[in-house]
Amino acid sequence: MLEVKALRKNYGKIAAVDGISLRADSAQTIGLLGPNGAGKTTTVSMIAGLLPPDSGEVLIDGSPLRGDTDPVKRKIGLVPQNIALYDELTALANLNFLGALYGLSGAGLKRAIGEALDLVGLTDRAKDKVATFSGGMKRRLNLAAALLHDPQILLLDEPTVGVDPQSRNAIFDNLETLKKRGKTLVYTTHYMEEAERLCDRIIIIDHGKVIANDTLHGLHRMLPVTNLLAIELESPDHFKPEPLLALPEVESAEVKEGVLKVGLHNLTTGAPSILRWLAESGHSYQHVTSERPDLETVFLTLTGRTLRDS
Amino acid sequence: MIPFLALVRKDLRLFFGDRRAVVVGLIVPIVLASFFGYLFGGQGGQQETSRMPVLVIDQDGSAISGAVVAQLGSDKNLEVNSSTLDEARTQVRKGKARAAIVIPKDFGSDAGRAFFAGGKKPEISLLYDPSHSMEMNMVQGIMTGAVMQAVSKEMFSGQSGREMVKESIAQLDANSQMTPAEKKSLRDLLGSVEKWNEQQADQPAAGGAPAGLTIPFESRQEAITSGTEEKYNGYAHSFGGMGVQFILFMGLDVGIRLLLLRQSGLWQRLRAAPLSRSMLLGSRTVSAALISGFILLVLFSFARLVFHVRIQGSFLGFLGVCAAFSLMTAAFGLLIAALGKTVEATRGYAVMATLIMVMLGGSWVPTFVFPQWLQKVTVVVPTRWAMDGLDGMTWRGLGFSEALIPIGMLLLFTVLFGVLAVMSFRWETES
Repeated sequence: MLEVKALRKNYGKIAAVDGISLRADSAQTIGLLGPNGAGKTTTVSMIAGLLPPDSGEVLIDGSPLRGDTDPVKRKIGLVPQNIALYDELTALANLNFLGALYGLSGAGLKRAIGEALDLVGLTDRAKDKVATFSGGMKRRLNLAAALLHDPQILLLDEPTVGVDPQSRNAIFDNLETLKKRGKTLVYTTHYMEEAERLCDRIIIIDHGKVIANDTLHGLHRMLPVTNLLAIELESPDHFKPEPLLALPEVESAEVKEGVLKVGLHNLTTGAPSILRWLAESGHSYQHVTSERPDLETVFLTLTGRTLRDS
Repeated sequence: MIPFLALVRKDLRLFFGDRRAVVVGLIVPIVLASFFGYLFGGQGGQQETSRMPVLVIDQDGSAISGAVVAQLGSDKNLEVNSSTLDEARTQVRKGKARAAIVIPKDFGSDAGRAFFAGGKKPEISLLYDPSHSMEMNMVQGIMTGAVMQAVSKEMFSGQSGREMVKESIAQLDANSQMTPAEKKSLRDLLGSVEKWNEQQADQPAAGGAPAGLTIPFESRQEAITSGTEEKYNGYAHSFGGMGVQFILFMGLDVGIRLLLLRQSGLWQRLRAAPLSRSMLLGSRTVSAALISGFILLVLFSFARLVFHVRIQGSFLGFLGVCAAFSLMTAAFGLLIAALGKTVEATRGYAVMATLIMVMLGGSWVPTFVFPQWLQKVTVVVPTRWAMDGLDGMTWRGLGFSEALIPIGMLLLFTVLFGVLAVMSFRWETES
């Protein structure tokens, strides 16, 4: 189990991490979601023991992380944001080296390498130089390298940056397998779709501070509306959405790029009454779709900015 | 121990894995060392140097000036050609001739008069290339010997010499500044010379014409190397020098690689493992030292096989100097990584520092050609101790005790650089 208590790290007058706390249990994936520069990597670096915090504490199974050679470090596997492999060496040579850093050797190391390569589907490329790998394969090997010493906690710092959708899905599958095996995953990303898909709990970070920490459902509950009805109008130019606000189910209504977007608490009762009102008011429409507000909306609601704008 | 060995093995694997870089990294110093070794005496220690091109402008055309030109031409150090004054100036300016000797009109008669009676001395002009001013002194020395020999020979046995002696006796009678006693002594001397000249004209000496005044001694040169039978092998110094230079560049490369590593995910992965800082830096020191030792081994093996360079002193001392220099190089690399901020800027400063160390350490040219003050100053340069140690154990043939000071000094620099590196190394690096 990983527990982080009020971590702080300043660079000069800038607070890179400002009192972040979190807790992650076995077979759980915690997502750290935030824009670039939010403090995600600094947080992960402190959890991994790369950076000493100015204050706060990191506890692994109740033990604090102390010093470079603390055996507690063996419980942590780090997947850095940048590919952390030697291009000039084969996959096997890389894994042999990285496993030896944790004292693995002989049959134990061989078995660990076999399992890791099997998990990421690179067994048949073991003897090829990493330089010949695609970006996605390098990312998968980057993940495998962190698993050799069988860590309980896996810190994944944006592990899918720059990979194709197929490799991304393969990595997601690998992570779900690891979760099923009882590993604790801490996953940083600025892709809301990844956090939505993988994480049991999502911690939204901005300017070094936690601005939300909940499950996906819990985060959605923070929103003023839980459902959006998007209606493509035939003549949107002169449509006035204000009268819709008088309907009891409607929380918000606006026209954007020719599409009427109506926020509803209850789609079952709200949608029919809106469509009826449009028909009775003489407003024709071409398409109707319903949308669930995403984490982008959550971030926008909480910070007033989009993830991409930040 | 497993992580330490893995770290060292990985560095060696990366180095030897780039075979092209390894080959180039060995061939370049071998080629340069071979070239410099040839220039600085080669295997025999008495490699024939190229003759200096010198032009002679004989405006006199007398027997004496002709003899001077012939004498100069016979010197093994000079390649003498006749020329005109204008052409000689052009050739010297272009660097095609090192010097030009202008023998003026009436040189023969004026020199003869000056020889006995102290008349006005003729002036020989020496035009020289200022970029070869040291060689000008050599030309002047050879010319002085040639002139003395030619003029004295003519004065004691030649036709013009006989006339010159008679003329000098006549001038002596008219000289009012000398006392009668002085006139008598000089008249006796000139009379004897006149008599000698007449005898020579009637019956030349059995051994041929006298050679005139010559340098009254012969010199024997002995190069003091490891033994009386051992000749100086210029390749011993050049291979040591180039080895030192290229190993320092390898150390520089180690530093730059470490600087790059610190900015990569690999550094984060290494730091995330339960490894001490001393293990991370120590393993790199050991691997760099092993690579340095390998380079020195290859260079000196090549020098041994091809140029017969031998470790004529203590082999243990030679190994000690190599090991100490290798460690110093590794520490130098760590210092570069510790002090450097950006790769580009660090590379520039480090290359400059390396070249200065190489230059002042005597890797390019031996330190004995430096001015005395510079020779004293260079004791603060570690490469100077490496070169002294390698020279001492190779061609100078010194014993182990003579290696102790260079080894000690190199280890001192190792500690100094290592402590500075560890103190200033920035561990908190985020990618």
